[in-house]
Amino acid sequence: MEGHQLQHQAACMRKALFDQGYLDDQFLQLEDLEDEANPNFVEEVVKLYYSDSARFIRNIELTLDKNPFDFEKLDDIMHQFKGSSSSIGAKKLKTECTQFQEYCKIGNFEGCMRTFQEVKQEHAVLKKKLESYFQLARQAR
Amino acid sequence: MDLGVKPVSFTSSSASWKSADGVPDQFPAGLRVLVVDDDPTCLRILEKMLKNCLYEVTTCNRAEVALKFLRDNKNGYDIVISDVHMPDMDGFKLLEHVGLEMDLPVIMMSADDSKNVVMKGVTHGACDYLIKPVRMEALKNIWQHVVRKKKHEWKEKDFEQSGSVDEVERQHKPPEDVDYSSSANEGNWKNSKKRKDEEDEAEERDDSSTLKKPRVVWSVELHQQFVTAVNQLGIDKAVPKKILELMNVPGLTRENVASHLQKYRLYLRRLSGVSQHQNGLGSSFMGPPDAPFGPMSSLSGVDLQALAASGQLPPQSLATIQAAALGRAATKSAIPVPLIDQRNIFSFENPKLRFLDGQQQQNNNSKQVSLLHGIPTNMDSKQLATLHQSAQSFGSMNMHVHSQASQSNSLLTQMVQPPSRAQILNEINGSHALNLPSSAGQPVLSQAVPNAVLGQNGIENVRRPAFTSVSQPSTVVDFSRSQSTEFPENSFSLVSNSGISNLTSKLQDEVNSEMKASRGFVPNYDVFNDINQNRTQDWRLQDVRSTFEAQQHSNGRGSLDVSSSVLIQQQFSSNQKSGQNRIPPVRKAAFSVADGLGNTSNIGQQLSSSLVDNPSRIKAERLPDMGFQNGLFSEHFGQEDLMTAILKQQGGMEPIENEFGFDGYHLDNLPV
Repeated sequence: MEGHQLQHQAACMRKALFDQGYLDDQFLQLEDLEDEANPNFVEEVVKLYYSDSARFIRNIELTLDKNPFDFEKLDDIMHQFKGSSSSIGAKKLKTECTQFQEYCKIGNFEGCMRTFQEVKQEHAVLKKKLESYFQLARQAR
Repeated sequence: MDLGVKPVSFTSSSASWKSADGVPDQFPAGLRVLVVDDDPTCLRILEKMLKNCLYEVTTCNRAEVALKFLRDNKNGYDIVISDVHMPDMDGFKLLEHVGLEMDLPVIMMSADDSKNVVMKGVTHGACDYLIKPVRMEALKNIWQHVVRKKKHEWKEKDFEQSGSVDEVERQHKPPEDVDYSSSANEGNWKNSKKRKDEEDEAEERDDSSTLKKPRVVWSVELHQQFVTAVNQLGIDKAVPKKILELMNVPGLTRENVASHLQKYRLYLRRLSGVSQHQNGLGSSFMGPPDAPFGPMSSLSGVDLQALAASGQLPPQSLATIQAAALGRAATKSAIPVPLIDQRNIFSFENPKLRFLDGQQQQNNNSKQVSLLHGIPTNMDSKQLATLHQSAQSFGSMNMHVHSQASQSNSLLTQMVQPPSRAQILNEINGSHALNLPSSAGQPVLSQAVPNAVLGQNGIENVRRPAFTSVSQPSTVVDFSRSQSTEFPENSFSLVSNSGISNLTSKLQDEVNSEMKASRGFVPNYDVFNDINQNRTQDWRLQDVRSTFEAQQHSNGRGSLDVSSSVLIQQQFSSNQKSGQNRIPPVRKAAFSVADGLGNTSNIGQQLSSSLVDNPSRIKAERLPDMGFQNGLFSEHFGQEDLMTAILKQQGGMEPIENEFGFDGYHLDNLPV
């Protein structure tokens, strides 16, 4: 049945996200919060996250452009970004953020720049994956 | 949380929750949590998690807003969860504020799990530290912190014997006062009531130790008293026992003081060596200006005390006031004092007020005014009636102005019990005058009350202004307005705000003199002498003021009152120290102010029209001679900021730099 198939597909997609390290336990926590009154809670939160996290990316970019380089500020922004990302269970993204912060702490500009690109990419990739997943999950319901 | 709403509920912690029916097995459902986090994603998740725990959740994304919530609704929350890293205010700072002002358990959160940050949480007094991302399991058990804290507070207080009285008191509390009828309040009520009945401060203190105080609410007033005591002793020599003695707050135990002192010390340490002297009372607290929080920071010092006192100190303040009232009454024809105290008590706590009212009723017959122990019998019944009436009128007036005020008025009314008193009160200035003392006049009130009382005896007009001024800057102004005839009093009111301490004495003098002479407003220094002579009484007045302040806060109006009350207290204490020599300047200023206020209507209009400008205007225009006051204010710049901050809090009103602590907001409400 198509419904079943879609459900199966959605489940597989979800499992892959976990297996490939994109998501961690925290995502499960969000799923646990879903109930009849809030059936799309996870999707809502993820949407909220992506609408808000764009500013972090922007701020980091602006700060990276400035001279002299403000590692402390970068670390600060990234810390908040990391906190926000971790709250939706973005595992890989969280790791990249931590890496970025490490470079900030030692004042490695190159490292920061490189890692930041990773962060941006990871951020975008996860977004696409989650969007696909949610779409499929909704269809499968 | 209605702790102590039902005496029996005290025995079971679950009763403290606002569960629908207080059913123990629903605990901890209904736990009222305030969550503060600037990250909307986290906030949303936390909110959902807490709701799933069946807690009542309030969210905000800014620390300032959170503090406003907390201040506007003392006893409206059981626990606070806050992020460490926030743009407008450091989470630890918020933690400090909450700890000092509201004494609620605070849980810190952060994605940062480094040891030093966690340690910081511990040293700042957080009761727990959660690492983000927060899991459901971590939130499920936060109720333990609330219970633990309550248990700790309970242990600090002895159980009161007059449980029945308490129960009656509680029942008298109006539903709206539920928020304010925290256990602490109840405790205070009990204390105050006990005192009234016993008319023995010493006994009261003993009783307080045996009183079952759910939680010592360090209202702004109480905290102010505390700080004053500490400053007096010197931070190094400030031991809880001595502080307790100095504070002379019935019902306050050494343990309460000790734990508060500990917090205070931590706070001071964090302020990195801010002077803790009275001079810098406001500054000490405000110490390093809290840029993000702006007025809040400045307020913190004074405000904290005031707020803490105001919001949460009903029982204690009342007790203090009571004590003060009793003491004063005894020492001198301190009708006003008792009145004030009573009023303060009333005003301070709505529930209390009601309770007192009831109590008053009961005691009226037996004693002139249960609350007004010391009220000299020389007060005519007529006067009393007037007083009572005026109190009532105030009450009504206050309603417009402040919810508090009304309450205080009602209390006053009650306090006045004897009908004549009410009349006197009524005569005095209708509600305005009364309102002021009760609602605002925390410190002023006490002072104002005496005046009011005196006025009632025959010089109502005169009294009122004084009365009003003392209690509340804003109200004072209004009153003055209403009473053009009460010129001199107005001045006092104005002055009182700034130099409340001075005014208080003056008012006292006036009251006393009036009482005796039944003459028009003739400020004399007799009262002041009395005041000076009775240091303890002064302290009581301060207590009264704190009570008022606290009340103010509780009513949501605290800010100004607090500051004014704080100022008053400070001034008062300083007055005490300086003796009477201060009176003249104050008086002068007062009169000049009064002159300015001469036209109450004008004043009122001015005040109401320009909340923001009022203070400055008044200062500039009316208080040319308020050097003294200015001086006083300069000492407590924090207080001004405090007032400002408070005002801001009050309702987004423009902070009004009002030496008198006028609450522009209030003024607006006052009918012209």
